[in-house]
Amino acid sequence: MDGVHDLGGAEGFGPVPPLTAAQSSAEPFAEPWEGKAFVIGALAARISGGNLHAFRHAIERVPPPEYLAGYWNRWTIGAQTMMEDSGIVTDEEVRARAARLSGRDVPEPPPPTPDKPQMPSGGAGNLRSRDTPPAFAVGDRVRVADLHPTGHTRLPRYVRRRTGTVTVMQPCQVFPDTAAHFAGENPQHCYTVDFDSRELWGPGAEPFHLSIDLFEPYLEPER
Amino acid sequence: MTSAPEHLDPALRVEALASLLIERGLLDEATIETFVKTYEQSVGPMNGAKVVAKAWTDPEYRARLLADGTGAIGELGFKGPQGEHIVVLENTPALHHVVVCTLCSCYPWPVLGLPPSWYKDPAYRSRVVREPRRVLREFGLDLDDGVEIRVHDSSSEVRYMVLPERPAGTEHYSEAELADLVTRDAMVGVAKVAVR
Repeated sequence: MDGVHDLGGAEGFGPVPPLTAAQSSAEPFAEPWEGKAFVIGALAARISGGNLHAFRHAIERVPPPEYLAGYWNRWTIGAQTMMEDSGIVTDEEVRARAARLSGRDVPEPPPPTPDKPQMPSGGAGNLRSRDTPPAFAVGDRVRVADLHPTGHTRLPRYVRRRTGTVTVMQPCQVFPDTAAHFAGENPQHCYTVDFDSRELWGPGAEPFHLSIDLFEPYLEPER
Repeated sequence: MTSAPEHLDPALRVEALASLLIERGLLDEATIETFVKTYEQSVGPMNGAKVVAKAWTDPEYRARLLADGTGAIGELGFKGPQGEHIVVLENTPALHHVVVCTLCSCYPWPVLGLPPSWYKDPAYRSRVVREPRRVLREFGLDLDDGVEIRVHDSSSEVRYMVLPERPAGTEHYSEAELADLVTRDAMVGVAKVAVR
């Protein structure tokens, strides 16, 4: 989906925030609730019967103001969304519980009926194999397709319709675009594609190279 | 049009969600504590620093690391979530690698732990794929014009870690002393390793 999460090249976010003392150290959580948020998100796929891709897609669906309100905020709302989708909790329940924890005596709604997604898995993790040989090889020029799926994709907007060169064959992997919707693992070949910065950002761009890992269905041969 | 639901304080949302999940037997305090402790104490940039220091002192290890990052990192016992396939990128005087995830915040957890705030910030994610030299300068890293910059957007399950250049004047350092110099930022590619 062409959502707020697809940030590559977006303008207006200002300078990268300076490192605070807490960030300079290796401490991953600035406050205790962030640690708890991390664990809930890390376990959300297991609890809801989902997967990593569905979790990413749930985070992408967080409304833009909430998405931009902070990492652990969107992470937690994403985890809750995935659990709502599987009938583990409802937003009404979470809000009622939050009110009660804040000392307000509100009634709690009944829990939903679990309805977890069912999708066969080829095993742990995301590395898979595929019988069909790869369509592209290192050195091939490829054009990125002009795809705008309404669901989950790992094809960012800023490389669509651009031409680059395959530089590395990466391992074949579960296809996020289908797995996120429980429509099958559908493993795909994956390639590191290198782009000249001017191909992405025009003739006035800073000179550099951009490498990104793209799944085969995102690519077309450059004619 | 329905209006967006009212913003709930994230700390309170976490508390409410945790309390419902614990009540349903889907989560427990001990699991929370174990996870948090693991990422606070055992999984962090000190792991990646050991990998870098070993690569600097053991040419055969360095060769294995660049050929098969996941395998060579696994030799030191570092594996786990977000580390299924780790590729190590070697910085040289002529080529500088820097890593980002524009779509979320993918990061090589087994070697670097959880990402710092700036890595997850929209400013870094939006800008480093468009004006990396300027962004690096904001981090205090001013690269010569002749240095080629290569930005890596982590869009698949491949995770990237940078092998920084070994600083001059460290020839007599032990592996442990070298590891102490290596920073998280250098392994993402927004800094160089310096002698302190």
